[in-house]
Amino acid sequence: MAEAHAMMQVSDEVAVQISQMNKWYGQFHVLRDINLTVMKGERIVICGPSGSGKSTLIRCINRLEEHQSGRIVVDGTELTNDLKNIDKVRSEVGMVFQHFNLFPHLTILENCTLAPIWVRKVPKREAEETAMHFLHKVKIPEQANKYPGQLSGGQQQRVAIARSLCMRPRIMLFDEPTSALDPEMIKEVLDTMIQLAEEGMTMLCVTHEMGFAQAVANRVIFMDQGQIVEQNAPKEFFSNPQSDRTKLFLSQILGH
Amino acid sequence: MTEVFVRMQMLQPEPPPARESGLPKWLRENLFSGWLNSSLTVLGLLAVGWILYASLPWWLHSVWHASSLGECRKIIAETWGEGATGACWAVVRERWYQWIFGFYAPALWWRPILAFGLLFAALGPVLFAGQKKALSVILGAVLAYLVVTLWLASAPTVPVLLALALVAGLLVLAQVAPGKLIWVTLLYPFLCFWLLWGGSIWTPIGGLLGFIILVAVTIGLSRVIGPAVSAGIGLVVAVLWWLYLSGPVMGGLQSVLPLGIASVNSDQFGGFLLAITIGVTAIGCSLPMGILLALGRQSDMLIVKTLCVGFIEFIRGVPLITLLFTASLLLQYFLPPGTNFDIILRVIILVTLFAAAYLAEVIRGGLAALPRGQYEAADALGLDYWQAQRLIILPQALKISIPAIVSTFIGLFKDTTLVAFVGLMDPLKGITQIVRADINWKGIYWEPYIYVGAIFFLICFSMARYSMALERRLKTDHR
Repeated sequence: MAEAHAMMQVSDEVAVQISQMNKWYGQFHVLRDINLTVMKGERIVICGPSGSGKSTLIRCINRLEEHQSGRIVVDGTELTNDLKNIDKVRSEVGMVFQHFNLFPHLTILENCTLAPIWVRKVPKREAEETAMHFLHKVKIPEQANKYPGQLSGGQQQRVAIARSLCMRPRIMLFDEPTSALDPEMIKEVLDTMIQLAEEGMTMLCVTHEMGFAQAVANRVIFMDQGQIVEQNAPKEFFSNPQSDRTKLFLSQILGH
Repeated sequence: MTEVFVRMQMLQPEPPPARESGLPKWLRENLFSGWLNSSLTVLGLLAVGWILYASLPWWLHSVWHASSLGECRKIIAETWGEGATGACWAVVRERWYQWIFGFYAPALWWRPILAFGLLFAALGPVLFAGQKKALSVILGAVLAYLVVTLWLASAPTVPVLLALALVAGLLVLAQVAPGKLIWVTLLYPFLCFWLLWGGSIWTPIGGLLGFIILVAVTIGLSRVIGPAVSAGIGLVVAVLWWLYLSGPVMGGLQSVLPLGIASVNSDQFGGFLLAITIGVTAIGCSLPMGILLALGRQSDMLIVKTLCVGFIEFIRGVPLITLLFTASLLLQYFLPPGTNFDIILRVIILVTLFAAAYLAEVIRGGLAALPRGQYEAADALGLDYWQAQRLIILPQALKISIPAIVSTFIGLFKDTTLVAFVGLMDPLKGITQIVRADINWKGIYWEPYIYVGAIFFLICFSMARYSMALERRLKTDHR
């Protein structure tokens, strides 16, 4: 792992800048005064109890959720009501969902080529070559002509990762990518994510895989009640948590 | 004490006992599984037997050759004895054409016949998109159908040769570039209109030009002001063209280059010619309209949403016959004076609106059944609203709704018989009444309705079977 870390350089360019951001669901104040700067090449793991707002936070970064105050700037583009900016950000930010959300009526290959062809206007042949390249990378090129329903959960999630990569994103968001998987399949997805991290992708992962956090994250963020409670380097975070809430959370998830 | 067991030899599969397979098993499970089921089976068999006993003579004593109902009865009485019942199919044999063509002149029958054959050539690329083999089979069948029926209808030589050449050309095109066949589908409505109503060829070309204007304006402006607004402007321009410019321009062209065939008035239309014209047009137009209404109802834009909800609820809340009366009476008041709006066209518009409202709700059900994740995945990949709808959401929502959509279509097709209430000659009431008004066939009852019912059943059953086949073809989730 030591060599891998050496490869994972963090640049001094800012990838995502969130300042004084607040979000409400009706009367419920779901995100409170979020300030977060993500550098290019950084790998951030966000954890916290359910309902703490961690999924909502990363969904704000590609505007699947709208924030009501504060600023979010992604790769130099501020997210406002301007649809053009939103589409631009979305085409540069890849997202992997808990439930994969593959398109069941399209083959694996079509799932991967759809957005490049229609959004990036890449010629079909070229899009298919790119798709096969990434399917090789996630180690399932032989499934290209099957439908998502024929694949296992782990395979589907790897396809979902390949589908996002086909858009050549600069930033990847992972929203609990292994929570819906059988224990045996978690590893194959985590391996894919680790490989991605080693290549220098900027990543924000909502996950409870603490082993993954320790292996690849350069920062762990702990959220509770819509706020960032603690953030630290993984080693420090796990060995020496500062707040009582973090200690309680860690004792519960690492307890057995 | 723990029981230890280790199997040393694996068992080979064996056939099930005779009681557990084949016909005996099926009979026991489905018909005689208990005393209640067994007695119901016996009762059911008795009922079927009784119906056959009562009606079979009527079918077996059928008379096909007679010139009046009285003669039919006489033949039955002579052959089978006094008091015997029998069907008198002679009425169908003598007047079959009236249920098919209404009062369309026999010399011109080849035109609806040709239009009907080409209908399948036009439907093929939609119903069997990308299936080269099915397309070839359909086009081949159309070719054979046209050869036989046009010969039977003694159609003039030139149009027959043109039509056969056209279908043969399409057959070749289906082998080379089946994707291009969709253009036939787009041009077919105008050709069909011209074949059915006849008149100057410039009239349908004028109609076609309106659509070309619509598409051109929409594409031209959409880069500047977005697709929705430019489609609206395009529609306004096209309507202006149809209402004010198309007539004079095309009239001028007709006087310079007179091309046309004998025109047929709408009051000559009747029977299945009328039902199929109304049904197919309304089915074709109501689906896209229903999709737009369903999307509009889900829209975030308040005015669009309100308009769509209001339209859907109004149309669904009113009986179809009310709308048909509106078509025949009221619509005339709202149109600019001097425009003579064809009654069939008016009825088609109202039937289309009626079906679209129902389809919108059916499709909304399909949209609601899609998991939110599909919308989010489409958004996260950067697809815009229309791309997401067209590529991700609608293909799945429509697939879910196929059974309900086809049910609506079948209902719509059968509802075309209601046009009898505005004086059009539908096959069921209009034409049957006319035939029964004939002194020779006065008092005939079952035979015409069975004949008409059988044709309706054939058409509706085909639609149902097609929808089942389509569902199987599109099933990609678990295989």
